[in-house]
Amino acid sequence: MPSLLFCGPKMAACGIVISIWGVIMLGMLGIFFSAKSAVLIEDVPFTEEDIRNDKFPPQAIYSLYNQVGINCFIAAAVYVAVGAVSLCQVRLNKRQEYMVT
Amino acid sequence: MGELFRSEEMTLAQLFLQSEAAYCCVSELGELGMVQFRDLNPDVNVFQRKFVNEVRRCEEMDRKLRFVEKEIKKASISQVDTGENPEVPFPRDMIDLEATFEKLENELKEINTNQEALKKNFLELTELKHILRRTQQFFDEMEDPNLLEESSSLMEGNEVGRGAPLRLGFVAGVISRERIPTFERMLWRVCRGNVFLRQADIEDPLEDPATGDQVHKSVFIIFFQGDQLKNRVKKICEGFRASLYPCPETPMERKEMLAGVNTRIDDLQMVLNQTEDHRQRVLQAASKTMRVWFIKVRKMKAIYHTLNLCNIDVTQKCLIAEVWCPVSDLDSIQFALRRGTERSGSTVPSILNRMLTKQTPPTFNKTNKFTSGFQNIVDAYGIGNYREINPAPYTIITFPFLFAVMFGDMGHGLLMTSLALYLVIRESRLLSQKSDNEIFNMVFAGRYIILLMGLFSIYTGLIYNDCFSKSLNMFGSGWSVRPMFINKGGNWTFGTLGENALLQLDPAVPGVFNGPYPLGIDPIWNIATNKLTFLNSFKMKMSIILGVTHMLFGVSLSLFNHLYFKKPLNIFLGFIPEIVFMSSLFGYLVLLVFYKWTAYDVFSSKDAPSLLIHFINMCLFNYNDPTNKPLYRGQMGIQILLVLIALACVPCMLIAKTLVLRRQHLWKAKLALKRAEAAAESLAQPPLEQTGASSSVSGLTQQGTQKFGGVRVGNGPTEDEAGIVDHDQLSQHSEDGDEHAEEEPFDFGDVAVHQAIHTIEYCLGCISNTASYLRLWALSLAHAQLSEVLWTMVMHLGLASSSGGGFFALTIIFAAFAVLTVCILLIMEGLSAFLHALRLHWVEFQNKFYCGQGFKFVPFSFESILEGRFDE
Repeated sequence: MPSLLFCGPKMAACGIVISIWGVIMLGMLGIFFSAKSAVLIEDVPFTEEDIRNDKFPPQAIYSLYNQVGINCFIAAAVYVAVGAVSLCQVRLNKRQEYMVT
Repeated sequence: MGELFRSEEMTLAQLFLQSEAAYCCVSELGELGMVQFRDLNPDVNVFQRKFVNEVRRCEEMDRKLRFVEKEIKKASISQVDTGENPEVPFPRDMIDLEATFEKLENELKEINTNQEALKKNFLELTELKHILRRTQQFFDEMEDPNLLEESSSLMEGNEVGRGAPLRLGFVAGVISRERIPTFERMLWRVCRGNVFLRQADIEDPLEDPATGDQVHKSVFIIFFQGDQLKNRVKKICEGFRASLYPCPETPMERKEMLAGVNTRIDDLQMVLNQTEDHRQRVLQAASKTMRVWFIKVRKMKAIYHTLNLCNIDVTQKCLIAEVWCPVSDLDSIQFALRRGTERSGSTVPSILNRMLTKQTPPTFNKTNKFTSGFQNIVDAYGIGNYREINPAPYTIITFPFLFAVMFGDMGHGLLMTSLALYLVIRESRLLSQKSDNEIFNMVFAGRYIILLMGLFSIYTGLIYNDCFSKSLNMFGSGWSVRPMFINKGGNWTFGTLGENALLQLDPAVPGVFNGPYPLGIDPIWNIATNKLTFLNSFKMKMSIILGVTHMLFGVSLSLFNHLYFKKPLNIFLGFIPEIVFMSSLFGYLVLLVFYKWTAYDVFSSKDAPSLLIHFINMCLFNYNDPTNKPLYRGQMGIQILLVLIALACVPCMLIAKTLVLRRQHLWKAKLALKRAEAAAESLAQPPLEQTGASSSVSGLTQQGTQKFGGVRVGNGPTEDEAGIVDHDQLSQHSEDGDEHAEEEPFDFGDVAVHQAIHTIEYCLGCISNTASYLRLWALSLAHAQLSEVLWTMVMHLGLASSSGGGFFALTIIFAAFAVLTVCILLIMEGLSAFLHALRLHWVEFQNKFYCGQGFKFVPFSFESILEGRFDE
């Protein structure tokens, strides 16, 4: 069976840390974007037209907010996957350690 | 609690150790780790001391053990660290240990020489085998009929040579591969092209028996004609360190030889394997007890080294040691001595005898794993004087707090806290792993400091309302835009919004500002463009308030020092003027800050005067400035009074103290003169009281102890109380040199200059130190700005993409953001804030009360010796 191990113990630990952080932070950002937080307005990619050509004033901006929020959620999900892979790597590394010694 | 705020009370004590029990007693004391031995024979050469022979034997054992350890490491056998702490072996077991190590070392050495010889033999045989194989090829090629044909056709014209074929001689050998090109060239030049060299590489590397390296070698064979050439070729081969081997000429002989060599190689291989097995077994057995042996030998060496510091009594019956020890641990030391005596089987107990001394004892602060980090911060500046106020307990809170003021960010604080929590929770496991990484060890030693720094950063982040440079709106902002559109208010319309890029909310309009945010700074400021103007004013005032409070606290701590050391003069002419000076100038400034915060509201804030100008004018007595209105009525009178009080404090510190000191000195001198006269008068009468005192002491001596060669020795294990009586006659001898420091001559000029320097330093220091606390503002501003830049330059890129595939960029950019946050904001900024907090403590806080000129208590303890912290 080919080994699925492709990164060392340090790399795997780093991956776990960054993915925990990523899941929490991106998840929170996603929630805040979905809640249309005013502080995050600078990070919403709206243009002058979005405001001027809006039929029902805040709707265009709100949809952009939702869009960014969904991006955040997907990115959080990606980090869940990264975390799972890193966890597997840690397990594999541990098993290999046992086999050697 | 008392011991946390000051260093431990220490005492000098004499130990009378019976010579047969001395070894065991010192070993028990080493396990306890509570006494510091003094060198009682400093003028004696190291080689003239009593136990030098034993120390030397221990070092010899240590050397043998190190040799074995090196061999174990070479064989890559792992040593087990069981964490076991073996007892010190008795002196009589030393010979056993020595014999064991001697045997082990000899055995290993023998194995090594044998193995080397065998390997050398093996190498030669392998080389010979390769030569025989390769040369066979060369000879085969030579006898190849096709080749022969070709050469004969070439040599057709030369009929003479054909009849008698040339008798070619040859030499075969092995040479290392990198030497081949030069070797070939040399042969060609020296023999003028008259030799023929064939060579072939040996594929698998051979092992050099001397160094154990793997070397690549080549087989060569050289054909030549005549003896002269043969000599030359041999010389060249020698010069290139090629090993030559005899090679039979006929194929039959060669084949036979090859067979012989092969069988010999097989035999040798078997012998070699067995030797290697044996060696492994010996090393395996040694590696199991290696650590215990090392500890035993090191402990023994430490004991003999300590015994060398002791004084030997004239009767040779006992050793006398002088030790510093904490008073609170005298009982445990007594107990250790008794245990040592019991272990050695001696019937005469060892005695601990407290001595009175004028020497300054060492400073010993008891710490645990939580406080030791903070104590180290203080000790790095200077070890405190004996029984001086120890700043460490206050540092535990103020240090992380001042750090957090400069590092205020919830997100970063959370990251730091989780790192520290990991280190704290996995503490025991990480401790047992014993990492060699210096940086990791440093962080690990400061794990509790980092934990507190992280927690405080979360708190200040909450107050600054900053989380990765974004604000959290937890309670709802107090500001509202809607009232600005009402007629009575700002009269804003949609037109106003369209025309202006920036608009300012007016808090004077009712409904716009609905009171302050419940905790910290209102999140609305995060998106305001004039955020910095607001925050800078707030943070600057905050740093002044914190700084003045911190310094006033430091000055008040000096009061406790003066009280403890009973120096009333320092209180009245040092502490009081100092604190009055500081509070009348800077304390007043702090009051003004609070006053300005409370006295001005939305409507009157247009007329709010500048505090800085006011403060400068106060010191210049300038009250005619029309641009700066007074803060309150009667300001001029109060301020003039305060400045005058502050100025009056300066001569108090500068001159008054010196004059009073001089007066006291003269008084004392007069008194001494009078007393001398009185003593001269009463010389005729015998001093009655003194004889009474001495007779009572001698009575006590006779009661439970007996004179033993000039040394008092107890005769029962219950005599400890008698042992701790008091000063002993014998202790005098070592203290002759120490007592002259009792009375310093009073030098008026010296004291005056010292006091003047101190005063000037303090007064100027008040101003510069207050300014120095502005670094709290500067660094917190820098941190906030840097984290904002990181967000807009990195994270913003990932978030601000409207396409559906934006999550992919976001994922990658988040990773970059995380790495940069850790590297720049946590590590770099954290270090800088740490250093500034350190400086604020060392310079601004501690110089108000802390001398830091003591010396550290270094107890004799096996634990520290084994960890290598204490180098003899």
